Amino acid sequence: MTAAAIPTRRRRDLNLAPLMILASAAVMAGLILMPLVVVFHDALAKGVGAYFAALKEPDALAAVRLTLLVAAISVPLNAVFGVSAAWAISKFEFRGKSVLLTLIDMPFSISPVVSGLVWVLLFGAQGLFGTWLIDHDVKIIFATPGLVLATILVTFPFVARELIPLMQQQGADEEAAALTLGASGLTTFWRVTLPNIKWALLYGVLLCNARAMGEFGAVSVVSGHIRGLTNTLPLHVEVLYNDYDSVGAFSAASVLAGLGILTLVLKSVLEWRHSGELSANRKH
Amino acid sequence: MSFRPTENTSSASKLALEIKGISKAYGRFPALKDVSLQAHDKEFLALLGPSGSGKTTLLRVLAGLEEPDAGEVRFGGEDFLSLPVRERKVGMVFQHYALFRHMTVVQNIAFGLTVRKRAEKPSKSEIKDRVEHLLQLVQLEGLDKRFPSQLSGGQRQRVALALALAIEPRMLLLDEPFGALDAQVRRELRRWLRELHDRAGVTTVFVTHDQEEALDLADRVAILKDGELVQLGTPNEVYEHPKTPFVFDFLGQACRMAGVVEGGRLRVADWESEAPKGAPQGPVEVFFRPDEVAFAPADGTGLAAEVFGISQRGPDVRIDCRIGGEPMELQAHGPSLPPGVATGLSVRIKPLRPKVYATG
Repeated sequence: MTAAAIPTRRRRDLNLAPLMILASAAVMAGLILMPLVVVFHDALAKGVGAYFAALKEPDALAAVRLTLLVAAISVPLNAVFGVSAAWAISKFEFRGKSVLLTLIDMPFSISPVVSGLVWVLLFGAQGLFGTWLIDHDVKIIFATPGLVLATILVTFPFVARELIPLMQQQGADEEAAALTLGASGLTTFWRVTLPNIKWALLYGVLLCNARAMGEFGAVSVVSGHIRGLTNTLPLHVEVLYNDYDSVGAFSAASVLAGLGILTLVLKSVLEWRHSGELSANRKH
Repeated sequence: MSFRPTENTSSASKLALEIKGISKAYGRFPALKDVSLQAHDKEFLALLGPSGSGKTTLLRVLAGLEEPDAGEVRFGGEDFLSLPVRERKVGMVFQHYALFRHMTVVQNIAFGLTVRKRAEKPSKSEIKDRVEHLLQLVQLEGLDKRFPSQLSGGQRQRVALALALAIEPRMLLLDEPFGALDAQVRRELRRWLRELHDRAGVTTVFVTHDQEEALDLADRVAILKDGELVQLGTPNEVYEHPKTPFVFDFLGQACRMAGVVEGGRLRVADWESEAPKGAPQGPVEVFFRPDEVAFAPADGTGLAAEVFGISQRGPDVRIDCRIGGEPMELQAHGPSLPPGVATGLSVRIKPLRPKVYATG
C-alpha cells in the first residue's frame, strides 16, 4: 500500500501511534522498570560481597526455606482442588453450581488481611478452637500450618479460574466418547481430560505459585514475625527494612524480584505455546 | 424419491434392541414420554424428528450417557440400563466427532483397545494390525500421523467411525453423523456408511433431522415428536402411509386443504371424489404431495385453480396457483409442462393420492 492511498484520517492515527507507544513505554519505565532497577541497585549498594552475605544470613536462608515449604504445600493442594472444581463445574450439571463459582472467586474480592484474620479467629488463642488446640498442644497460628492455610485461601482461585473457561469450551464430548470406548473414569481423566488442559494447568500453577511466594497481607496476620521461624521472604523484607538494614532488605527483595521475572518469562513462553493450542482448537 | 428395496428384516430375524416405556425429563421439561420400540439384529434404524423431539436423548440413554426416569432397555435380552457406559460396548459417533484432539489419528483409533484391562488388552502388534485394517476400511490410509485439527470434516467423521468400530461394538450409535458436512460430502458418506454397515453387520441406530437421509439409509424409521414416538416403519410404509399430518408434513413437501367426508365421499371445495379407505367421517384435513396431482382443462373435474406463476427449479417445474383464493405451490417433473398449464390460465387439478385426517 502506498502512502497516497491511505486516507487522511488513517494517516493522523499513524502519526499518533509512535507517540502513544512512547508514552506507554515511559510509564512502564517509570512504574515498573525503575523500581526494579532500584531493588537491585540498593541491594548491591555496598558491593557484591555484602549482597551475598545478606542472603547467606541464617534468618534469610530460613525465610527462603519457609517460603519454598509453604509454596510446596499450598500450590499442589490448590492445583488438585482447582482441577477438581473445574472438572465438576465444566463437565457436570448440579444444583448450587453458581454458588460454588462465587465461593471460588471470593478470595479475589476480599482483602488478604481478612483471609489471614479468619484463621486467627478460628485457631488463635482467643479463637473458636483456641483452647482445644492449646490443650492438645497443636500450634497453627504463629506457626507453619497457619502460613499454609492463609496462603491456600489467598491463592485458592488461580488454578480453577484458569481452567474453567477452557474446559467449558472443550465440553464433555471427548470424555463421553472415552467412556463409551470402555475407559474408566480415572483413565479418562489421565488420558483425555488432563492432556487437554495441561498448558492451562501449568499456567494456573505458575500464577498460583507466584502469588503463594509473594503473599504478604494474609501471611503477615498469622505469622507473628518470629525471625528464622515464621518469617517468609516477603515478611523478612519488611522486618529488615524496619530495622534500617537496607542492603539486607533489598537483597531479600531481589530474590523475590528475580522470582517474579522468572515467572514472567515462563508465563510468556507458556502463553506463546498455550495460545498455539487455543488457536488449534478454534480450527475445529 | 427413491427407496432401497425393502429387505426381509422385520419378521424373520431376531430382536436385538428392546426399548420399553422410556421416559426422561430435564427439570420440568419432558424430553422423552413413554417411548417403546425395537430394533432387529443387524438392522439400520433411524430416529427421525425435528430438534427438541428427544431423539438425541434417546440415543444417549442407549449409550448410557443419560439415565431415564422410567422404562427398560434390553439388548440381546440383557438388561442394558444396569450396565455402566463402559461395559455396554456400544460404539458412539458424536455429532461433533469428539475426537481426542491431542492424539494422532492412529492413537485415536487405538484408544478403545489401549484402555482395556491388561487381561483383555490385545498385544501391540494386534492393535497395530487392527488399526491399519480400520484405516483401510474408512479409507484414510496415509493420514495416520495427522491430528484431528489437520483433517477435513468428512475425514474427521470417518475417523470417529473407525474409533467406534475399533472396539467391535455390539451396537453402533450415530448422532447426526452428517450434520456438520456439506451436501456433496454428505451424500457420498451416506452411501459409504450404508455399505459399511452391511459389511460390518452391526445393529445401528442413528439420529437425524433430515428426512431424506433417514428414508434413504435406514431399514426402518422411527419418527419422534415432542418426546413421543409418532410412527415406526420401513421408509416405504412411513412415506406412503403417514399416520398423522405431522408425519406427512415432515417427510416431504405437503399441500393441505380442508374438506368433509360424508357417506364414503370426500368433498374438497368444488371437487368430490371417493374417500380413501379408512377415512374418518366429518370435517377433515386433506394432505397431498405437490407433485402428485393430475391437471385437467378448466371444464374438466377437479379443484378449480388459477395459475399465476411458473418457474424452473432444477429438474422440476414449480407451478404457483391459487385454489379458492389460497396460494398453493405445485410441482411437476420437467422439463416440459403438463399440457394446458400456463401462466394466467384456469385449470382443474386432482390430487392423485390424498391423505385424509380428522380435523383435530
